[in-house]
Amino acid sequence: MNADFRLEKNSDARAVPKRVAFVKGRTSARVRKEEEEMVMTVPHLVVREVIAFMLMVIVLALLSLFFNAPLEWIANPEHTPNPAKAPWYFLGLQELLHYFPPIVAGVVLPSLAVVALIVIPYFRVNVKRENLWDEDRRRKLILVLSVAGVLSIVLLVYNVYAMLIPTVIVAAIMVTPAFLRRSRGALGWLGSRPLSWWIMTWFVIMVIVLTAIGTLFRGPEWSWTWPWKEIY
Amino acid sequence: MKEPFRALTRSQAWRSVFRHGLPLSNRTRAEAVFYNFFLHVHPTKVRKRSVKLTYTWGLGGLSAGLFIVLVLTGALLMLYYRPSVQQAYGDMKDLQFVVSSGQFLRNMHRWAAHAMVAMVFLHMLRVFYTGSYRPPKEFNWVIGVVLFVFTVLLSYTGYLLPWDQLAYWGISVGTNMVRSVPFGLGERISYLLLGGNIVGENALVRFYVLHCFVLPVAAMVLMGIHFWRVRKDGGV
Repeated sequence: MNADFRLEKNSDARAVPKRVAFVKGRTSARVRKEEEEMVMTVPHLVVREVIAFMLMVIVLALLSLFFNAPLEWIANPEHTPNPAKAPWYFLGLQELLHYFPPIVAGVVLPSLAVVALIVIPYFRVNVKRENLWDEDRRRKLILVLSVAGVLSIVLLVYNVYAMLIPTVIVAAIMVTPAFLRRSRGALGWLGSRPLSWWIMTWFVIMVIVLTAIGTLFRGPEWSWTWPWKEIY
Repeated sequence: MKEPFRALTRSQAWRSVFRHGLPLSNRTRAEAVFYNFFLHVHPTKVRKRSVKLTYTWGLGGLSAGLFIVLVLTGALLMLYYRPSVQQAYGDMKDLQFVVSSGQFLRNMHRWAAHAMVAMVFLHMLRVFYTGSYRPPKEFNWVIGVVLFVFTVLLSYTGYLLPWDQLAYWGISVGTNMVRSVPFGLGERISYLLLGGNIVGENALVRFYVLHCFVLPVAAMVLMGIHFWRVRKDGGV
């Protein structure tokens, strides 16, 4: 029989995408969802939550028994400590203030970071996790390298080595799979990361590096000071 | 022992509080969730996958847990603290040396606050790297980012209250950064926050009100929406 099509019996929608369904009687025509294994919330989830909370309180209590919260001398507007430091979660920003004018470090960059975080889910994401370099390799490579290049030059001009070095390293790791094509192993895994993954990872590394430098490595006049040296 | 307990759980008084029997069958286990105000944020059944520790690391739940710890210790600290330049620092010293367990209370509040900033950030990373912000959960991610900002602001407004050198200069550095917002807007925002041009009495009262009332209430409302949407979108 010379037919234009071949009839295949298969219930896997991915293997046989075009399908003819015979709908019998009162059954409705819809693809059956794959059933996931379910457990009862009480006790399986609630017990875990209670245990996690209790462990956390125990850890906090132990911490509070052995380490006291800092309390310095009474506030004195006449006497400025050197350096005057904000709380640790703002020290990344304060570190930026060391390199860039206040408007950039204190307003533009943090606002950009928050806006960038907010818009993440509104961009089309690489749902199928295809390899970033499979299509348009040349165009993408030029784009990535020029963005990383311009960024590096700006950072070099302002002498921001704390950001320059991690940026160069991340960019180098990002483009490596474009030259060494592998489908498995670490390189294969890196090659299949979408663009948003690279931007977020770069951002997190920046936050950690800048916060760590501002917290641990800055002394009087915001000069480089090793953490084992007393600063006050 | 068993029998009196059974009798108690069958009594009218018990039943008026808990409208279900002991969670011994799947039916009563389900009832234990949806007849309970606190547990009804959860569905009666959850995917086995989402109960696994390595799926979420419990980071969101623990952030909420830290918030509870902070509300409880914070309420107790409020009993001993007066937000005025004359008394604030003295009250901190009293907490250290006079109030029973005062130092412990303050330590707990302080470390839980630092932990919460880190925990919420880690929760955000987990959600990003597991791709859990994808539709239909886009807007819940946005609420989450706002909650992170609120967490940092809560921690920061509390930072001034001890009125020691650390507090005073920490806030001075921060509000000086705000001043660099262009078009004279920065000056205005900073004036609004401090109730003046310098960190003084007015700033202390404003930060106290923000820290103990405005920000926690706003954060609680947002948390309610956040959890509700997690549940509506098929989470735990």
